[in-house]
Amino acid sequence: MTSVLYDVPGPRQRRLTLILSIVATFVVVAGAYYLIYLPLDEKGQFSMELWGPLVDPSNENFVLVWERIWVGIENTLIAAVLAIVASLIIGTLLSLLRLQLKSIAGNRYAGLSTPVAYLLRGLGSGLAVLTRVCVEVFRGLPVVITIFFVARGFPEFGVTLETLWYLVIGLTIYNGVVIAEILRSGMEGLPFGQREAAVAIGLSPFQTTTLILLPQSFRIMLPALISQLVVVLKDTSLGFIISYEETLNIGKQIIGVLSNPIQVYFVIAVLFILVNYSLSKLAQYVQKRLARGRKTANLPVPHNAVQTADLVDVDD
Amino acid sequence: MSVLVDKFDVFAGGFWLTFQICVLAAIGALILGAVVAVLRISPVPPLRAVGTAYVTIFRNMPLTVVMFFSAFALPALGSNADFLRIPVLDVVFTRLSTDLPYFRFALIALTLYTAAFVCEALRSGINAVPPGQAEAARSLGLTFGQNLRYVVLPQSWKASIVPLGSVIIAMIKNSALIGFFGVVGDLSASADQLTGAEGYAFIPVAIGISIGYLIMTVPLGALLDRIERRQAVAAR
Amino acid sequence: MRFTRAAVVATAAALTFGLTACAGEDAGSSGDTGGSTKTFAAGSTMEKLNKAQAIKVGTKFDQPGFGLKGLSGKPEGFDVEVAKIIVKELGIPADKIEFVETPSKIREDAIVNNNVDFVVATYTINDKRKERIAFAGPYYEAGQNILVKADEATITGPDAFKAGDKKVCSVTGSTPAENIKTYVKDVATQVVLFDTYDKCITALDGGQVNAVTTDNVILLGYIAKNEGKYKLAGDNFTKEPYGIGVKIDDKDFRTFINDTLEKAYADGSWKKAWDDTAGKFGAELGTAPAVNRY
Repeated sequence: MTSVLYDVPGPRQRRLTLILSIVATFVVVAGAYYLIYLPLDEKGQFSMELWGPLVDPSNENFVLVWERIWVGIENTLIAAVLAIVASLIIGTLLSLLRLQLKSIAGNRYAGLSTPVAYLLRGLGSGLAVLTRVCVEVFRGLPVVITIFFVARGFPEFGVTLETLWYLVIGLTIYNGVVIAEILRSGMEGLPFGQREAAVAIGLSPFQTTTLILLPQSFRIMLPALISQLVVVLKDTSLGFIISYEETLNIGKQIIGVLSNPIQVYFVIAVLFILVNYSLSKLAQYVQKRLARGRKTANLPVPHNAVQTADLVDVDD
Repeated sequence: MSVLVDKFDVFAGGFWLTFQICVLAAIGALILGAVVAVLRISPVPPLRAVGTAYVTIFRNMPLTVVMFFSAFALPALGSNADFLRIPVLDVVFTRLSTDLPYFRFALIALTLYTAAFVCEALRSGINAVPPGQAEAARSLGLTFGQNLRYVVLPQSWKASIVPLGSVIIAMIKNSALIGFFGVVGDLSASADQLTGAEGYAFIPVAIGISIGYLIMTVPLGALLDRIERRQAVAAR
Repeated sequence: MRFTRAAVVATAAALTFGLTACAGEDAGSSGDTGGSTKTFAAGSTMEKLNKAQAIKVGTKFDQPGFGLKGLSGKPEGFDVEVAKIIVKELGIPADKIEFVETPSKIREDAIVNNNVDFVVATYTINDKRKERIAFAGPYYEAGQNILVKADEATITGPDAFKAGDKKVCSVTGSTPAENIKTYVKDVATQVVLFDTYDKCITALDGGQVNAVTTDNVILLGYIAKNEGKYKLAGDNFTKEPYGIGVKIDDKDFRTFINDTLEKAYADGSWKKAWDDTAGKFGAELGTAPAVNRY
C-alpha cells in the first residue's frame, strides 16, 4: 500500500530524495551522538567496569552473569510456553462454550411445555450473559492486577503453588479470554454459507462448530495467535512482581551485585527484541503463506477477522 | 467490605491519578504515533528506517523495560523531563510540575510504548483504503502530502478508530505498571499500600481496584464493539 | 497444512518437556547427608522438618549484607547465615535449604500460607505483624536512618522533610516507608517508592531524590560499597529489632529457635556469621539482644 502513495520518483525527485536522505541520516546520527552518546559517556556509562561482565569473555564475572541470565531466559520461556499452551486450550474451550451458549439461547424449545421451555431459555441466556461478563471483566483488567490477584487471592482460599504457576495462571486467565475472542470473531466472520452447508448435510450445531468453523478460524487467525505469543512473552516480565525468577528479575539481582542497571537492562532489552522480532517475522511469514493458500481455496477474507487480527496485534 | 467505604479517598485518589496519566499519555501517544506512521510510509528511506526501527524496538520490548529506561536512563542523560512542566496543563494535572520527576518519566514511557501501537493501528487503517483511491489521487497529480491529507487519511480514519480504541484500552491497563516505577498513589499501587502496609483484607481491596479499572475499560470496549458492528453492517 | 499441525504439536510437546526437565535438574543436587541423628518431641515442627530433611526459608534476595542473591545464584548474608545456624540445629544439612524470596510486603502471607517454614528477612518485630504471625528473637537490633550524599549539609534527621522541599526514597510496603510518611509534609511530592533499594540509590545519584531511608545496616552496605560517596544523616530515629517469623501458634518451634539463638550467642557462631557478612561493611554488631519469649 505504501508504494501507491507516491509516484515512482523521477531524476529530480531522486536527487531530492538523496539529499534529504543524507540530511536526515546526518540529523539522526548527530542527534544520537550529542543527545545520547555524549551525556552517557560523560557519566562514565561506557566504562568497561560496567560493561565488562556482560560483553567481555575474559572478565571474571562474564560466565557467572551469563549463566544467571540463561537461567532467567529459561524461566521466561517455561512460563511463556506453559501460558500460551494453557491459553490456547482455555481459549478454544471458552470460544466453543460461548458459541454453543449463543445457539442455545436462540433455541425456542418448541416441543416442550411452556414453563420448561422458558426455564431452559432463561438458563441458556443466563449462562451466556455470565460468560460474557467474565470475558469482559478479565479482558478489562490489567494483566499485572490479574497476576497479583492470583498470587494473593489463591492462598486466601488455601491454594498455595509455586510462583511459576501463579504467573502462568494469571497470564492464562487474561490471554485465554483474548484468544477466545480471536477465535470467536474468526468463526463469526466466516462466510455464512459454511454454516448453512454444514447444517444442510445434517451436522449438529456442535459438530458444525468443531468440524467446520473452528479449524477454519484457527487457520485464519494463526498470525493473530502468534502475535499473542509475543504479548505473552513480554508479559512474563511481569513475574518480577511476584518474585518469579524470570529474565528481568535475574537482571535485578545482577544489578544488586554489579551496580550497572543501564547496561544490564540494555542487554535484556536486546534479547527481548531479538526473540520477539523473530516471532513477529514468523507471524508475517505464516500470514503470507495463508494468503497464498486462500487464493487457491478462494475463501473471501472475513471482514471481521482481519480487523481483529490487527486489533489483537496491538492489544497488550 | 468496609475498606471500600473507609478508604474511598484512597481508591478515588488512585483512580484520579491513573486517569490523569492515561489522558495525557493517550494524547501524547496519538500525536507521536501519527508522526511515526507518517515516517513509516514516507518516500525518504532514512525516515522510513527510523519509523520502522522505532516500531520494532518499542513493540518488542516489555513495557517494564521501557519504564525502566525512562526512569533511570533519562536522568543519566541529564534530563528530568522538565519540558513536560506545561504551564496551563499543570493546573489540572498537578503531578506534571512536582519536583519529583517520576510521573513525567512514567508518562514518557507510556507515551513512547503506546505510540508504536498507535502507529500500527493507523497503518492498518491506511491499508484498508482501497489502493485505487491513492492511485487516482496520484494520477490527478497530488503530491505525497496532498495525497495523505486530502484522500487517504480522511478515509483511513474510519478504519483506524476501532484498532486505535483497543490500543487506548491496552494503554489504560498498562498504566498499572507506573506504581512500580516511583509514581506513588496510583490505582494499582493503592492495592499494595492498603493490603501490605495498612493490613486490610485482600479480597475487598481487589474488588475496589478492579472496579476502578473496569470503569475505564469496559465502557470504552462496549463503545468500540458498537462502532465495529456498525461498520461491519455498513460494509455488507 | 496437515503435516504442519502435527509438527507444531510435536515441537510444543518436546519444548515443554525439555524445559521442565531443565527446571527439575537443579533440585536434585545433594551433598553430605549431615547428622539426622537429632531427636525431637513427636509431632513437633522440628521433628517433621528433621524427618523430611528439607526446609524452606524465606529471605530477601536484594539486601546487601543480609540476603543478596549474587552471581553464584545462592543468597548470601547475615540473615542467610542465621538461617543456616537454625537449620543445622534441626539436623538438616545446609544444602537441603531451599531459600524463597520474601520481599517486605509478602512476608506474613508466606508464613500464613505455608510457603515457607520460617522467615529471616530483616524482619522488624512489631505488634501489627504479631496479629498474624509470631516472632522468635530478636537476633539483631537495627534502627531506621537516612542516607544522603557526602556533601549534603541540610538534612540531619527526619525532621528535615517537614519543610516540604526535600525528597526521600524507600521501598514499597516496607516499615521505613510508612515511618517516613509521618515526617513529610506532602507524600505525593516528597516520597518515591521503588521495589528495590538499588533503584533508590540510582535516584539519589541522579539527584531526583535527596535522601534514601531504611534501616541503618542496609544503608551502611551502600556506604561501604561506594567509599566516600554517601553518609548517614545523624542517628537512628527508630528501633528495629529483627526477628524470625514463624506460624502464630507454633510456640514449640519459636522456643526452639530462641534456644538455638542463645546457644549461637554463647558459642560465637552468631558473631562469626556477622563478621563474615554484614560485619564487613563496618556496621556494629553490638551486644547480643535478649530474645523475647512471649
